[in-house]
Amino acid sequence: MTKEKRNDRILLQGNEACVRGALMAGCRFYAGYPITPATEIMEHMSRQLPKVGGVFIQMEDEIASLGAVIGASLAGLKSMTATSGPGFSLMQEHISFACMAEVPCVIVNVMRGGPSTGLPTLPSQGDVMQARWGAHGDHPIIALCPSSVYEFFDLTIKAFNLSEKYRIPVVLLTDEVVAHMRESVTLPPREKLVIEERRKPSVPPEWYVPYDDKQIDVPPMPAFGEGYRYHVTGLAHDIRGYPTTRSDEVGHLIHRLFSKITRDFHLLQWFDSYQTEDSVVTIVAYGSVARSALHAVKEARETGLKVGLVKLKVLWPFMRQTVVRFLESSAKVLIPEMNMGQLSREVKRVNQGRCEIVTLNKANGTMLSPKEILQSIEDIYP
Amino acid sequence: MKERKHLIHDYLRSTKGFPHIWCPGCGIGVLLGALIRAIDSDGYGKDDIVLISGIGCSGRLPTYVDFNTLHTTHGRALTFATGIKLANPSLKVIAVMGDGDATAIGGNHFIHSARRNVGITSIVINNNTYGMTGGQFSPTTPFGLKTSSSPYGNLESAFDICGLAREAGAAFVARSTVYHARLLEKMIGMALNKEGFSVVEVISNCTTYFGREIGLASPVEMMKWQRDKSVTVEKAQELQEEDLKQKMVIGVLVDRKVPAYHELYQDLIGKCGLNEDEV
Repeated sequence: MTKEKRNDRILLQGNEACVRGALMAGCRFYAGYPITPATEIMEHMSRQLPKVGGVFIQMEDEIASLGAVIGASLAGLKSMTATSGPGFSLMQEHISFACMAEVPCVIVNVMRGGPSTGLPTLPSQGDVMQARWGAHGDHPIIALCPSSVYEFFDLTIKAFNLSEKYRIPVVLLTDEVVAHMRESVTLPPREKLVIEERRKPSVPPEWYVPYDDKQIDVPPMPAFGEGYRYHVTGLAHDIRGYPTTRSDEVGHLIHRLFSKITRDFHLLQWFDSYQTEDSVVTIVAYGSVARSALHAVKEARETGLKVGLVKLKVLWPFMRQTVVRFLESSAKVLIPEMNMGQLSREVKRVNQGRCEIVTLNKANGTMLSPKEILQSIEDIYP
Repeated sequence: MKERKHLIHDYLRSTKGFPHIWCPGCGIGVLLGALIRAIDSDGYGKDDIVLISGIGCSGRLPTYVDFNTLHTTHGRALTFATGIKLANPSLKVIAVMGDGDATAIGGNHFIHSARRNVGITSIVINNNTYGMTGGQFSPTTPFGLKTSSSPYGNLESAFDICGLAREAGAAFVARSTVYHARLLEKMIGMALNKEGFSVVEVISNCTTYFGREIGLASPVEMMKWQRDKSVTVEKAQELQEEDLKQKMVIGVLVDRKVPAYHELYQDLIGKCGLNEDEV
């Protein structure tokens, strides 16, 4: 009885679903600093982690939080933190470090209205570009974006998997609506989940070369204390991990940091499409806005307008292959966003004259409603 | 001549090309020697040590030694150290920082690490200046001193690093100079054996910049300056307050029993009881 009950539908808040996903993915370390609208993630973690032998710590700020997360990851634990825009800005220094030293970690950013302290309790999608370019230096990044409570759960697990697989910080970019929304969901049993673990060295310590990429471009990573004594640094380093300024070694490193992600672009095309087979106007949306967009598409179809929706679940790396398909098949593409136009810049970049692109932007702390999107569809429908 | 093998050779990395980056006469080498002797005599295994640094001249120190080593961001060494110690409390975590590193950009992390009392041995190499960037004034540069970024004299007062650590709640606080190398080794050894957060302030000499700024342009002169300015904790008790102001007190300044955070947390995990099904 109890076992069946556990698999039943349960009412979960988005932030709580994130915690469930993280724990199922094997997260055993959380460091954070309170910030609306992400705080519930921290509160749930503080309650649940000690029960599974994991560690929760509330740090003195967000810089320290991500520092502790990276440290714990180097010591072998799957680790994460969660924050919102202002805290995410503070974390950029260590996101850059984690990219350079290739330390797996997951960073949740529950986007709220900005700039600055902005609108702490209200939604926004204003950090799309910050997630891509906020950290200093040229680096790749992966950012996932859920639009429902279940997706928040699911993409949290996938964020850990990608982070472990590629040794890269993964950003979960969600918004206040998805984080605070409560939905009834059915979580899959643990044994049905695919969980990735970081690759460990298969050679004895005396043969181990920390950043050797002859076998695979994501080098194996032992935990501190496992007998593989190696050096980790944010400086440009050679394959042994030691600082270098030799242009051939630095160039090789930076190239590999990118190529380990770019080689798998085709595996990171995660999206849902709805009625796009014959759509004249296709909406490209993400996060909570995709929910309003779906509603608008249904209403538009009822009035005979051929409208479809593509909901992006991966924001970075930008899903060029997927988006181009719809740019080619549609007369117009509408991009509604809760910002002044961020992802639309990427769509325009890859469009190159294929179709007409229309943006619908709103950055006043309120959601983009189905009605507003429907109005926009009617205005632009050819 | 008979070849003599130094203890330090057992700990230097054979895979790392030398020379090191430090200037001739720099005190950091003396500290590194004292640190290795203390680790060796306390009997820690190389695999059990995690040596962490921030940014600056001191930041390069872990690169050369055969431990688990981590060169972090400016001022944040203690945050990484906190994560490592909590993730694996059986590791001996040592953070080496400079004065600007630990008390300017990392000041917040420093006081909260002391308050929180995670078991980290922190070593603050105080050379009273930003050496790597060319001798700008730091939080420990004396008032009035002309430096490359205070050409008309420093308008800020200096921090007392040990006083800061004591008031913030560190379990163990000690000070030595690189002139007093044996005392330094002993202080580090005691700090390593402390369960909570420990701080050893190491008065070091930046001959290249700070020495020149105070008119002591040779390492020997600076070492003599350290010798003459220092007074042990025992001797300090006999001095009048006015005389003491001109001196640096060396030795153990704080040694108290404070519950260590990582131990409290392990107790908490024990009390919760492992229950994978509940989450």
